[in-house]
Amino acid sequence: MLTENQYCTFTLGPFMFGVGVREVQEVIRYQEMTRVPLAPRTVGGLINLRGQIVVAVDLRERLGLPARDSTVLPMNVVVCSDDGAVSLLVDEIGDVIEVSPSEFEAAPDTLTGTARDLITGVYKLEGKLLLVLDVNKTATTELEIAKVA
Amino acid sequence: MTELDDVVKEFLVESHENLSALEQDLVRLEQTPDDSKEALARIFRTVHTVKGTCGFLGFSKLESVTHVGENLLSKLRDGVLHVTGDITSALLALVDAIREMLTSVETTGEEGPGDYSALIAELTRLLEPKQAPPKPQLRAADASVEVERAEAPVAPIGELLVQAGRVTREEVKEVLELQQAGDPRHVGEILVEQGRIVPEDVVDALNVQKKAKPQTGGLADTTIRVEVSQLDKLMNLVGELVLARNQILQFIGPDTDAVLQTTTQRLNLVTTELQEGVMKTRMQPIDTVWSKFPRVIRDLARSCRKRVRVEMEGRDTELDKTIIEAIKDPLTHIVRNAVDHGVESPEEREAAGKPPEGFLRLQAFHEGGHVNIEISDDGGGIDPEKLKRKAQEKGLVSAAALARMSERELLSLIFMPGFSTAKEVTNVSGRGVGMDVVKTNIERIGGTVDISSRIGAGTTIHIKIPLTLAIIPALVVASGHERFAIPQVSLLELVRMDLEKPNGGIEDVSGVPVYRLRGNLLPIVDLGFELFGKKSNIGENGVATIVVLQADERQFGLLVEEIHDTEEIVVKPLGKQLKNLSAFSGATIMGDGRVALILDVLGLAQMARVVGTTRDRSLGDRGKHAQESAEKPESLLLVRVGTRQTLAIPLRLVARLEEVALDSVERAGASNVVQYRGQIMPLIHLSEVVSEIVEADLVAPEVLSVVVFDHLGQSVGLVVSAIVDIVDEAVKRHSTAKRPGILGSGVVQGQVVELVDLPGLMQRVLPRAVSDAPAALVA
Repeated sequence: MLTENQYCTFTLGPFMFGVGVREVQEVIRYQEMTRVPLAPRTVGGLINLRGQIVVAVDLRERLGLPARDSTVLPMNVVVCSDDGAVSLLVDEIGDVIEVSPSEFEAAPDTLTGTARDLITGVYKLEGKLLLVLDVNKTATTELEIAKVA
Repeated sequence: MTELDDVVKEFLVESHENLSALEQDLVRLEQTPDDSKEALARIFRTVHTVKGTCGFLGFSKLESVTHVGENLLSKLRDGVLHVTGDITSALLALVDAIREMLTSVETTGEEGPGDYSALIAELTRLLEPKQAPPKPQLRAADASVEVERAEAPVAPIGELLVQAGRVTREEVKEVLELQQAGDPRHVGEILVEQGRIVPEDVVDALNVQKKAKPQTGGLADTTIRVEVSQLDKLMNLVGELVLARNQILQFIGPDTDAVLQTTTQRLNLVTTELQEGVMKTRMQPIDTVWSKFPRVIRDLARSCRKRVRVEMEGRDTELDKTIIEAIKDPLTHIVRNAVDHGVESPEEREAAGKPPEGFLRLQAFHEGGHVNIEISDDGGGIDPEKLKRKAQEKGLVSAAALARMSERELLSLIFMPGFSTAKEVTNVSGRGVGMDVVKTNIERIGGTVDISSRIGAGTTIHIKIPLTLAIIPALVVASGHERFAIPQVSLLELVRMDLEKPNGGIEDVSGVPVYRLRGNLLPIVDLGFELFGKKSNIGENGVATIVVLQADERQFGLLVEEIHDTEEIVVKPLGKQLKNLSAFSGATIMGDGRVALILDVLGLAQMARVVGTTRDRSLGDRGKHAQESAEKPESLLLVRVGTRQTLAIPLRLVARLEEVALDSVERAGASNVVQYRGQIMPLIHLSEVVSEIVEADLVAPEVLSVVVFDHLGQSVGLVVSAIVDIVDEAVKRHSTAKRPGILGSGVVQGQVVELVDLPGLMQRVLPRAVSDAPAALVA
C-alpha cells in the first residue's frame, strides 16, 4: 500500500481537510494549552507533548475561518514541519483515506487570500471535497511574517 | 564528496585532540626548555602518528608537511637543535596547517587547496643545525630507545633486562640498531635468538612491564566517547522524569497507601541521583577553553613585544558543556585585553620596578552552586580618574552622576557600550566594543562580571556563572490566569505594598508609575498590562507585592497578580515560530504538566522602556542600596531543617525552646498538637512549610525540638530538626527571594541562612490550623 496517496483527514466547520499521512506525527485529543501573550493570533498556545513544548496553530484563524464555538474543544493533529513538531488545532478528526491521483485537481484560481497559499489542491471524493494542506506553510509562514511586522 | 569512513573519522577526532595537547606542550616547551625531554617525546609522537596515518590514508600533502616537522622535532629531541622562539613559531604554524587540512578533510574529504611550501621551506631551513651533528648512527639508536620509552612510560624491555643484569647496555644498543636496520623482531626475541638470554628472562621482564602498565592504560579502558547529542537527549529525558516525579509527588499525602509512599520516596531519590549523574556527564573541565590560552597569549605577547607568563589554577573545574561554549569568547576577550592593555612592555615594567615578565593568572573554583573564574594580571591597572574623564568626554554619564560614583562603580564603567580606554586602536582590542559584549554574553547565561583594579598593581576580573543552564531556580508568578517563571538571577527582592496608601503606594510621574523604595523611585511595570493590555487591580484581592527585578544594571518593580513558590525549572527552548517574542526566553513544564513561559527580564524591561534611558542613575544608587540593606545587629536563633537547610528566626519573637517527646504528640484534625502548660499547642513542622523539598527524616526522632512563640495570645510550636545556635549579627540580606514564610536569605557567620518570616508564616499556616480543629470535631 502506498502511503503517498493516503491522507489524514479532519474537519474545520463544513470543510474537510487532509494532510499527507507521512507528515503526521500523531493525533491527540484536546490538550490544555498555555496562552502565549503578544504572539500572533494564529498561535493557539503551547502544549506539553510528553515533555516537548509544541506550538499549537489555530487552523481556523490561520485559514481565515470564523472562530470555533468556545464549547467545542479542538483536537490536535501534530505534524512534522521543517521546524520540528507543530500541532494543528482542528474541530474533528476524520479517517485516514486513500485517494487516487485521478481525483486530484489544483486549487481553483478563484481561491484567494491565505487559503490560496496553504491549499495545494483538491481531491474530488464522492459527495465531498478533500482540501489538501501544505504542512510547512501552514505551520510556519504567517508566523514568520508576524515577526517582521 | 566522498563519504567519510570510520577510519578517517576516528583519525580526525584523535588528531584534533592530539593537536590541542601538542599546542600546549609547544608553548610550555618554549617557557621551560629544561624539562623538555618528555614533552618533546610527546610532540614527536603526535606528529609521527599523524604522519603515519595520513600516509596510510593517502593524504600526501599532509604527509609531506608533517614529515618535515617530524624531522625538525627529532633533531630537537636529540638535542642537536635547541628550542627557540622561531622554531616554536614554525612548529605552531605547522599545527595550524595540519589543523587546516584536517578541517578540510572533515568537510570535503580532500586536503584542501592550501599551499604549504613556504612552511615546508621554513621548517627545512630551521633544520640546518648551527653546529655539526654528532655521529648519526648513535643518534638513530638513541632515538628509538626514546620513542619506545615515550610510547609506554614503563621502562622498555631492553632497559628492564639491563636492570635485571641479564644483558649489558651495549648489547641492547646493538639489537636496537639491528631493529633500526629493518629487523622486524622484538628486542627480547633477538636477544634470545642470539643466545644472550633465556626466554624466562624475557617473560620476567614482560611481567614487570605488565604490572606497571595499567596505570597508563587504565584511563583509556574506562572511558568511551559519547556523542553530545546523545547526552542532550538523555538530559531531556531526565528533565521529563523530574517533571513526572514532581507530578506524582503532588498526589502523595499522609493518607496515601504506605507502599506507594515508600515507592514514591524511592523514585524521588533515584530521580534526583539520576539527574545529578546525567548533569555530571555533560560537565567538562574549564581547561577545554583554557588550554587554548597559552598559545593565544604567547602569540599576542610576541606581537606586542611583551613578555607574559601564565599561571592556571583549577583547570579541572567542571562546567556544563553549553556554558563552556558560552564563556569561550568572553574569556578569550578578557585574556587578550589583559595582555594587550593590562600588561606593560618590559621597559615600562622595569622602570616601575617590576620584573620584565608580566604575569597573568587564571583561577577557577566552585562556590555554592556557582563557578568563579578570576583573571588577574600584574599590569598597569585601570585609573578610575581616566575612566571618569573618558565617560564625560563621550557623554555617556553626566558629570553629577560621576561625582557621586565610588571607585568601584567607576571601574564598572568599562562595561558600558561604547567605552574604550585604549590610547590607540590595535588589531587586538580597543575598538570600543568588547567589555560590554563580554558582560552581555556572561549575563545571558545568568552570570555576573565584576572588576577590581589597583593602579600600578594590576587588574582582576571576576566572573561568576551558574554550573548549568538546563535546570535553574525560578520564582513562579501569575498574571491573567497564566503562570510565568522568573529566573532567580534577575530577582532582587519582593516588597509588600503598603495597602493603607492609595493605589498601594504607587505614584505617578506624568503617566509613569513609580514606587518609593527606600527613598529611591522604582519604575513599575505591570505584567498584566504589558502582556495582556489589561491593568492589574491593586489592593486586597489584586496585586499586593512588587517583584523587584534587575535588568542590565537597572532595577524595576513588576506587578504580578499572584506569587507562587520558587521552583527548580527545566528550561526548554521556544519553537522557532516564537523566537521573536522578546518578553520570553523559553518555556518550562510545571508540576501539573502544563506549560509556563519563562520571562525574559531584560526583554520585558526593554519592552516597557525601563532599560535604555537614564542608565547612570542606577549605578549611583547601588552603593547606597547596599548600605541600607545592611541591617542592625540582631539576636538570631539558628535552626536546622532537614539535613542541610539552616534558617534564622529573630530571637525577640521566640518565647521558649522546648523538647517534646514524640509520643506526647496528639492529633486534632489535620494538625499535630501537644498539651503545653494547660493549653493545646498546635505544632507546625517548619520543614513542611518552608522547605522546597520535604526530606523525610530517615529515623523519626524520639524527641522533637520545638521553638515556642506567641501568636495572638496562643502558644504555637514550630518543630525543627535541630536547634543550632544563637548569634548576634547584622544580617546582610543577599537575595530576598520570597517563598511563603521566608523573608530572604543572608549570610550569618559565613553560612547562608534563610530568614523566617514568622508573622507571614503564621498568617498562612495558622488560620488553617485553628479552623481545622472544629471541622474535625464535627466530622
